[in-house]
Amino acid sequence: MFSAAAIAILATMLLVLVRAFKGPTVYDRILAANSFGTLTMLLIAVYGFLTERPDFLDIALVYALINFIGTIAVSKFVHFKDLAPPLPDNDPGDI
Amino acid sequence: MELLIDLASWFFFIVGSAFLLIGAIGIIRLPDIFSRMHGAGIIDTMGTAMLFSGMLLQAGLTIVSIKLFLILLFLMFTSPTSTHALARAALDAGLKPLVGNDALDVKKLAKIKKVNKERKRKSKI
Repeated sequence: MFSAAAIAILATMLLVLVRAFKGPTVYDRILAANSFGTLTMLLIAVYGFLTERPDFLDIALVYALINFIGTIAVSKFVHFKDLAPPLPDNDPGDI
Repeated sequence: MELLIDLASWFFFIVGSAFLLIGAIGIIRLPDIFSRMHGAGIIDTMGTAMLFSGMLLQAGLTIVSIKLFLILLFLMFTSPTSTHALARAALDAGLKPLVGNDALDVKKLAKIKKVNKERKRKSKI
């Protein structure tokens, strides 16, 4: 039953990758990468059950955290061309 | 009892896999970024929730099930947040969402596509 779920997840990852390569705008690619990360996390969890080593769940948890931070960081970077918030004029910033 | 739990797990896994595939098809086939987020939402909510429910049933009441539940809870908070951030970034960049019958109106669709392409060329990303 876990192998069936793993196969479905792999097929879904393949379909999502199509959008990541094709995506007309950069936001389509970010969306596809976000979904791909979620699916990777699912695959890690299912694989842990498949090999009867559920300790893999810790890795899945870390992957979920990194996936969230990564999506936010990349969309912010694309938006502001910088990871810091935009500075007002005449502000020298952190020196 | 064992058989019943296995049957319920099978049900959750099959329904979850179906939702994953439906979400992926949505991401590929829907017309613009804002509607594609709908497909991503299906993967993030129904797909993962169903698969995790199946795994929860198999794990029983142990530390493993607590971890599974925590991952699921975390995902339920972060997935809408990241989708919202992405939608705001796309809107601020000037991408226009399709509304009403735009998707059926070939002329309008071509115009919106042209505007979005222009935007993309200007931002050079």
